[in-house]
Amino acid sequence: MAKGVEQKMSNHEGQKPVRKEMSRRQFLSYTLGGTTAFMAGGVALPMIRFAVDPLLQKKEESAFIKVAEEAKITNDPVEYKFKIHQVDGWYESEAELVAWISKDANGNIFALSPVCKHLGCTIGWNTENSDQYVCPCHGAHYTRDGKNLNVAPNPLDEYEVKLDGGFVYLGPIKPNTRV
Amino acid sequence: MFKAVYNWIDERLDVAPLWRDVADHEVPEHVNPAHHFSAFVYCFGGLTFFITVIQILSGMFLTMYFVPDINNAYASVDYLQHKVAFGGIVRGMHHWGASLVIVMMFLHTLRVFFTGSYKAPREMNWVVGMLIFFVMLGLGFTGYLLPWDNKAYYATKVGMQIAESVPYIGVYLKELMQGGTIVGAQTLTRFFAIHVFFLPGALLALLAGHFFMIRKQGISGPL
Repeated sequence: MAKGVEQKMSNHEGQKPVRKEMSRRQFLSYTLGGTTAFMAGGVALPMIRFAVDPLLQKKEESAFIKVAEEAKITNDPVEYKFKIHQVDGWYESEAELVAWISKDANGNIFALSPVCKHLGCTIGWNTENSDQYVCPCHGAHYTRDGKNLNVAPNPLDEYEVKLDGGFVYLGPIKPNTRV
Repeated sequence: MFKAVYNWIDERLDVAPLWRDVADHEVPEHVNPAHHFSAFVYCFGGLTFFITVIQILSGMFLTMYFVPDINNAYASVDYLQHKVAFGGIVRGMHHWGASLVIVMMFLHTLRVFFTGSYKAPREMNWVVGMLIFFVMLGLGFTGYLLPWDNKAYYATKVGMQIAESVPYIGVYLKELMQGGTIVGAQTLTRFFAIHVFFLPGALLALLAGHFFMIRKQGISGPL
């Protein structure tokens, strides 16, 4: 309000009024630019959302699967294979997973994932007769608890274990809880 | 920020004259709809190009999910259409745009024909335009097979029979296009390759020639 009054007064003194509105050219370039951006966005946004969809898809929690008889688990790790139903886009399959299952000194059953924590190759048990897990790719070694001894930055992952009716059920993978 | 980056590049490469050459040119009054509304008929060529750009973009995104394989093609199209966010939109852009590009191209051709713009010295541009027309038809024909549903399969079978009816070479032409004696696995991969690599490459080269000739010869004068 004060500004308006000032302008009027300055008019009285014979000076040109200072126009605060945007110029016609500016208005046109804003509306044209805005419309162009809106239309380009209408084309680009669906495609971008389409492309990033895998990131935003809900990840499925894997169910517990019966893998082994409780009575057969020994203190030495044994490789057990089991199948999970895997949905990979339009491709559904029964993917085979591997777990190394053993008992610790207290008789607790635990299952280690065979995926090396260095760069994802598959480890084997006792392949060098050293009572260690060994990765053939870059020579990572782990103890029977999955503790990383060299090369790998982290211990082997564990499967969640559930015991029911004399059987061992394995669930989702979690970080190692033993070391 | 943008200005600074632009200036940095411009200092080194002197790009201003390059894009001025491309972008800075006067639109003659008789083709400017702002002067004569009926001049909108001169926009059909630009609109065809605009839709072509959308076809290229949406097609690039579709190949993120599509597999050109007889076991998976239909399943992957079904997946991207119904399970992926905006799948129906992106595939819809490609599906409807394919028809629209033919319509726009046809209108553009009519305009060129009825304004006599194909006459000397622009005959070569008419010929290049006709080549573009056939490349577009080829893109439509090869793209139609890719979803690998019943409509796609039988449309291609019909197309193959038409090709076979060519005198003397028809039989060989059909087998070459099919990549074998039946419409099958090899036809699908072949059509996919033609649809996403060979024909778009040819199309871009022809469009470059088309646009170069427009700039070199100018837009034809008023009637």
